[in-house]
Amino acid sequence: MSNHLKNLKLKIWRQSGPTEKGHFEEYVMPEISDEASFLEMLDVLNEGLIGENKLPVVFDHDCREGICGTCSLMINGQAHGPERSTATCQLHMRKFKSGDEIVIEPWRAAAFPIIKDLMVDRSAFDRIIESGGFISANTGGAPDANLIPIPKSVADAAMDSAECIGCGACVAACPNGAANLFTAAKISHLNLLPQGQAERYKRTEAMVETMDEYFGSCTNHGECEAACPKEISIDVIALMNKDYRKSKLKNRKEISRS
Amino acid sequence: MTITLNSKIPAGSINDKWNNYKEDAKLVAPGNKRKFKVIVVGSGLAGASAAATMAELGYQVDVFTFHDSPRRAHSIAAQGGINAAKNYQGDGDSVHRLFYDTIKGGDFRAREANVHRLAEVSVNIIDQMVAQGVPFAREYGGMLDNRSFGGAQVSRTFYARGQTGQQLLLGAYQQLARQIGLGNVRMFNRTELVDVVTIEGRCAGIVTRDLVNGEVVSHSAHAVVMATGGYGNVFFLSTNAMACNVTAAWRAHRKGATFANPCYTQIHPTCIPQSDPTQSKLTLMSESLRNDGRVWVPQNPDETRPASQVPEAERDYILERLYPSYGNLAPRDISSRAAKRSVDSGRGVGPLKNGVYLDFSDAINRLGKDVVEERYGNLFEMYERIAGENPYDMPMRIYPASHYTMGGLWVDYELMTNIPGLYAAGEANFSDHGANRLGASALMQGLADGYFVLPYTIGNYLAPMLNKPIPGTDHPAFKEAELAAQARYQGYVDIKGTRSPDYFHREVGRIIWDYCGMERTQQGLEKALSELPALYEEFQKDLRVTGDAESMNQTLEKAGRVDDFFQLGMLMCRDALEREESCGGHFRAEYQTEEGEALRDDEKFAHVAAWEWTGDSTKSIRHKEELNFEAIHLATRSYK
Repeated sequence: MSNHLKNLKLKIWRQSGPTEKGHFEEYVMPEISDEASFLEMLDVLNEGLIGENKLPVVFDHDCREGICGTCSLMINGQAHGPERSTATCQLHMRKFKSGDEIVIEPWRAAAFPIIKDLMVDRSAFDRIIESGGFISANTGGAPDANLIPIPKSVADAAMDSAECIGCGACVAACPNGAANLFTAAKISHLNLLPQGQAERYKRTEAMVETMDEYFGSCTNHGECEAACPKEISIDVIALMNKDYRKSKLKNRKEISRS
Repeated sequence: MTITLNSKIPAGSINDKWNNYKEDAKLVAPGNKRKFKVIVVGSGLAGASAAATMAELGYQVDVFTFHDSPRRAHSIAAQGGINAAKNYQGDGDSVHRLFYDTIKGGDFRAREANVHRLAEVSVNIIDQMVAQGVPFAREYGGMLDNRSFGGAQVSRTFYARGQTGQQLLLGAYQQLARQIGLGNVRMFNRTELVDVVTIEGRCAGIVTRDLVNGEVVSHSAHAVVMATGGYGNVFFLSTNAMACNVTAAWRAHRKGATFANPCYTQIHPTCIPQSDPTQSKLTLMSESLRNDGRVWVPQNPDETRPASQVPEAERDYILERLYPSYGNLAPRDISSRAAKRSVDSGRGVGPLKNGVYLDFSDAINRLGKDVVEERYGNLFEMYERIAGENPYDMPMRIYPASHYTMGGLWVDYELMTNIPGLYAAGEANFSDHGANRLGASALMQGLADGYFVLPYTIGNYLAPMLNKPIPGTDHPAFKEAELAAQARYQGYVDIKGTRSPDYFHREVGRIIWDYCGMERTQQGLEKALSELPALYEEFQKDLRVTGDAESMNQTLEKAGRVDDFFQLGMLMCRDALEREESCGGHFRAEYQTEEGEALRDDEKFAHVAAWEWTGDSTKSIRHKEELNFEAIHLATRSYK
């Protein structure tokens, strides 16, 4: 049967709007089952706040299975909390002890402005994908799926990168607020596949340059890899940099014009 | 409003219908497409693929999602795979077989013509997704790998580890993102549909609420597509994401769209059992696990030894015993009921005795741990994270949970509801899965509707409207709907009662699960229909929403959704009560064979029940669309 944690001290960031001044508010959670997930603990807190006629804590969440990438909390200074390769929604209270103080903050990054409390706006990620994170393949007329064999190792490597859930933990964990891991994961997913070759250099240039518009620069701290719930390897950043450099050296845009 | 349910099934033999339709459908010339505005609500597989394709064709498309990004839609959580009749394995698959399996899996309660078209276009989906860069699993030679799923005797399921839904959704999202980047699609994030507007009998647009600032706005269009998912969260505990809701479909229903077969809900057999009363949702373990996992319970209800110490002779491999030819891959409804009976008979396992084992020890011995890890590694990790037990050493514990809803907005062959100009696609419509959906068929249907059906059928409706004006958002009908929506949301805030929306959601969910869940009886359904209105009245008097309607307020969002779940829940119970037979996911205890299997009544119930809103969902009017089977014979569904 489940055990219960007692007297958790929660320090939660409250901010009523994007331009309002925020502050930490302290709450005590008298008792919670260790079978509860971290977000279920917040659900219990919020039910209590509604009971006291107060405003519940706003936070983003949806699938609670670690795949949609909606949840996003800094827990005791770590993006998605203390458990390795685990999104906040999959973190369970059995990772904590009675009497613990837990500090809960939103993602901290200039490119992710706060909407309210723990909720931030990550639409800059969408801008990066819109600029080139796709293979241009209009519906209809695709050749048979087995026409181009893809070696298993290539398909697996592409899949390793494609697992990115777009949560933004990499940006939140980065001291520079860089989005290199996110951008490079998508670039390497598509650039590794035979179907992605036609737009390989155009894609890389467009995505990197859009990324630079919104986010800080990478200085190889490696915090992103450590925070990534999907354990995407920092190696993808090297792949991105290589392709970006190539695209510039080859000056493909010039060649295509001549 | 008089309701006519014309399914518009094209003429010809089942193999020719879709081709015949496409050849006869009216076209909009490329240069004229930009004169038409189409609204797509929802950005999951069906919505994103429809929006991207229509934008490629040249239509002006507006897409709405309540998520912070279209990439979050719940299609992303599908694990196991997507079916397609490619016959890459040379194991005897064909379009006809996929068609037949889907009809049979749905217990002969789906519309033949739609299902056949689904099977036909399934092969195009795989081609399309590979061209987009979806990294499906491959064999060493570079060819696509397949696995087997419930209700099929061939391997036709394509997959990307245990994250097929994620990869397909990201594929469709990327195509959508491309169109947004090109300026062909306008994307509205964190925006929820709150009403559908009809003017002179056709759908004229929608009214939305901006979740960040509460602003209520109208949008007019030539056509509207609802790709808004299913209503499984009516049970409160389900495998659906927290925000999944019926509001968009329900608002369309209240404006005259009939709602078909609401009682057809799927209970998925392999979910992690509830462990605690604070639990907010249940997590699915992919059906693909049943390829290698064996389902069993101890013979002895008082068994206390750990699973590994229970000798073979004292185990009951329930599915292998009851359904030898399909074994652990019996369809979902059948497997769920077998698990329920085992738990009801006191042989459940785990601390709360609320599950059955799914055991991989044979597969680990046969294939080695590495192969099992390669196939299911991420699912095993997910299980361990949630249940705190390692499935390589101890069998998983699983139990059925609400997972998918086959019922939904009634649509014709063109995926149009009975309101001209209003379409429904993906899980939001009712059309392809009958009374039970087979595994790996939801992804197939969502993408079929969005990529390969709607882009053809919508032109047939739009073509005659060329250069004819449509009502703008200054039309009084829009203003009226905006005021009603504002009043509705302000109303929730103004009740100032004592109970939160979650409290009421749990209570509705409990009633629906107890009386309209895996097993239903006349008595139980009548009880639910007397309890629900009383609870609904309490909701209307005692709801508490703190904060206001003019800013980000998640409690208020929830209140609106729970309100609609109440109304839908009552209709579900009505539908279940009136359908005096058992079929697929709808199991009425009064109608079963001596062996406890579903007993259909084809004489009286080989039809779709499509409900018309009258202002009170306990008084909705039931309409029928007869199902005519021409290509196949109605048979008793047997998986023995």
